[in-house]
Amino acid sequence: MEIILAIVIGILYASAVYLLLRRSLVKLLIGLALLSHATNLLIFTASGLSLGGPPVISPEATTLTGPAADPLPQALILTAIVISLGVIAFALALSARVYRVISSDDLDRLNLTEESE
Amino acid sequence: MSQSGFLLIAPLLVPILTAIAGLFGLAILERDLPASRRLQRLIATVGASVLLVAVLALFLQVRVNGIQVVQVGSWPMPFGITLVADLFSAIMLVVSGLIGFAVHLYALASINKEREAIGYYPLYFVLLLGVNGAFLTGDMFNLYVWFEVMLMSSFVLMALGTDKGQTIGSIKYVTLNLISSAIFLSALGLLYGLIGTLNMADMAVKFGEVRADPEATGLINAVAAMFLIAFGIKAAVFPLFFWLPDSYYAPPPAVSAVFAGLLTKVGVYALIRVFTLIFPLGSGPFQTILLWVAGLTMLTGVLGAVAQNEVRRILSFHIISQIGYMIMGLALFTPLAISGAVFYIFHHVVVKTNLFLVAGAMERAGKSGDLYKIGSLYKRMPLLAVLFLIPALSLAGLPPLSGFFAKLSLLQGGFAVDQFWLVGVALFVSFLTLFSMTKIWNLGFWKPDPAEEVEGQPEPVSIKTRWAAWYLPMILLALVTLAIGFGAGQFFPIAVDAGQQLIDPSGYIEAVFRSAE
Amino acid sequence: MNSIILRTAIRFLMPLLILFSLFLLVRGHNQSGGGFAGGLVAAAAFALYSLSYNANEARRVLKISPAVLITSGLLVAVSSGLIGLLAGQPFLTGLWTYITIPGFGALEVGTPVLFDIGVYLLVFGITITLVFSLEEGA
Repeated sequence: MEIILAIVIGILYASAVYLLLRRSLVKLLIGLALLSHATNLLIFTASGLSLGGPPVISPEATTLTGPAADPLPQALILTAIVISLGVIAFALALSARVYRVISSDDLDRLNLTEESE
Repeated sequence: MSQSGFLLIAPLLVPILTAIAGLFGLAILERDLPASRRLQRLIATVGASVLLVAVLALFLQVRVNGIQVVQVGSWPMPFGITLVADLFSAIMLVVSGLIGFAVHLYALASINKEREAIGYYPLYFVLLLGVNGAFLTGDMFNLYVWFEVMLMSSFVLMALGTDKGQTIGSIKYVTLNLISSAIFLSALGLLYGLIGTLNMADMAVKFGEVRADPEATGLINAVAAMFLIAFGIKAAVFPLFFWLPDSYYAPPPAVSAVFAGLLTKVGVYALIRVFTLIFPLGSGPFQTILLWVAGLTMLTGVLGAVAQNEVRRILSFHIISQIGYMIMGLALFTPLAISGAVFYIFHHVVVKTNLFLVAGAMERAGKSGDLYKIGSLYKRMPLLAVLFLIPALSLAGLPPLSGFFAKLSLLQGGFAVDQFWLVGVALFVSFLTLFSMTKIWNLGFWKPDPAEEVEGQPEPVSIKTRWAAWYLPMILLALVTLAIGFGAGQFFPIAVDAGQQLIDPSGYIEAVFRSAE
Repeated sequence: MNSIILRTAIRFLMPLLILFSLFLLVRGHNQSGGGFAGGLVAAAAFALYSLSYNANEARRVLKISPAVLITSGLLVAVSSGLIGLLAGQPFLTGLWTYITIPGFGALEVGTPVLFDIGVYLLVFGITITLVFSLEEGA
């Protein structure tokens, strides 16, 4: 399972970097979104995968008995997802404004307008 | 100290309560803008003053009683979030409180009504909340969250308004910071997988055990490199600084002053914290890398500044070169050099913020930031000229101003470990800094105003009441610069103690573990 | 969007969704659910309403400004932490007490519940602000 996830994460990172390097504003945004997905999956995988274990220990037990899932990575990922939701929403609004300013999807136009000022 | 750690939480509570109060004012008085504006200004001024008092109280507490720790929510240490204030954190908090207060005064005079109506003040306090949180937290993931709090508000502060250059500057800033956050988070995930803890003190201990395992070396170095890149982007070190000059010169002066003063320094803080506590330099390749980074950052920053003609662009490039000095203190990794870095950060934040405030006033008086379009400001505003000269000469490191002692201790640190070429670069850069400052002085203050030839002699700008709010924060910060320069004998020992705590983190670790009992 | 089916359905769906969001909020105490999920469901109700009519109509039905929801949510969440601080414990420490309701039994209430209510209001407010402004901007 780790191998499959590792490949998926690799593909996600690669596509994110590819999209970030494009000149299109929209592709930049999609790249940023993919980057955060890849990161979340990485946290999930790196902190250990376990199948079917409950994330809690029974009240009687004093030590870990049997397989148990670590609840912390999920909490971290949840936090990261919420943060990336906010950031991506902001980036969308910003790029809509940029589009209105330069009326183009081309990021290279950004530098042109700046120099011609 | 009480068990509740009230003083430790105050630097976070004050800004968030101020922001909430401001937002309430904004939401309730939606239809009555002038009243809402007055209320906002009042709330924010009270908040900024209380924050300054709170951080000073915390600093005294830390100075007298040692490292302060509180477990938020009473969850014991490796599981819950820990807030830790050692001397370094406390010094950084004092800087943040001071800058928060001074820039707020300046904003009262210079921020336009549209920005105030959209909620400039609450956003400003959320920014301070993020900065203070990053300085206080003892938990790696929590550091990420505070970074994001800070970034989100800085994004909005930067993008507010309709200026074209500002929009373009923000897209670079947003993208670069999102990438840096993603790298930081990936590093965190790998780190958690490696040692299973997020508490910084716990990490330091567990790392000691893992480092003995030769198989883990590759992963440890990879994670450390990722932290270096993530924080390096935020701190704007070579070669990751290119976003900074474009973004920092665009927003209104009050916003760019607080960005210039505080935001990159949070990155430097994180670098120093991580590379003293979790991955102590001295072993591994990172010391050499950081030494190179320091030298090249200093050099490229100052050379970039030489080519610029706009006041705030020149100053933005100087931020980069100054970051190099701080990284140099970290990279030399001797008690003297780290103390020098701590002193340097304090001096730099005060001076650089002040210079941005002065630049804002110059742009307003001359109606342009381009040095070839303004002039004769010395004749028109002698007080502003003096207020420019103090931080400018301090930035270049002329004795007896604060910059001299900061640079002196770094150079001594460099000589002590035979890093002569780095010392040479530092001296050369400080010479070029003086050249840049002289350029602003000659072209902005002494050269006759080019407009004069067309319109005749301009009127001297009188100091009316509304200018008082512009001058007050500059005078305050200039006085601080003079105080830490002339009183270096009193202030430097504090930096030395802070450096001692950083280079030998056992006190930090012990304090965190003791509080969990 | 002008769909008669959606308009008719939303009249029945709205109360159900809001009830369900409150159920999620209360259930989150010991089981899956909680303020975040509840707030999202409540926001979904109003998002649906604004889709079937328009954002202005949805604002009118909501009666409270989303900004007030956001700030009061923040305030409630922060004050749940302040209670612990005032009791001499670290910030955000959970404090619990029992309230006896006649004919129902003892009810366990504490500051985490308050925190969840704050999150509910905050998420509700922010999500509908997002939806409304995106819809009005389009």
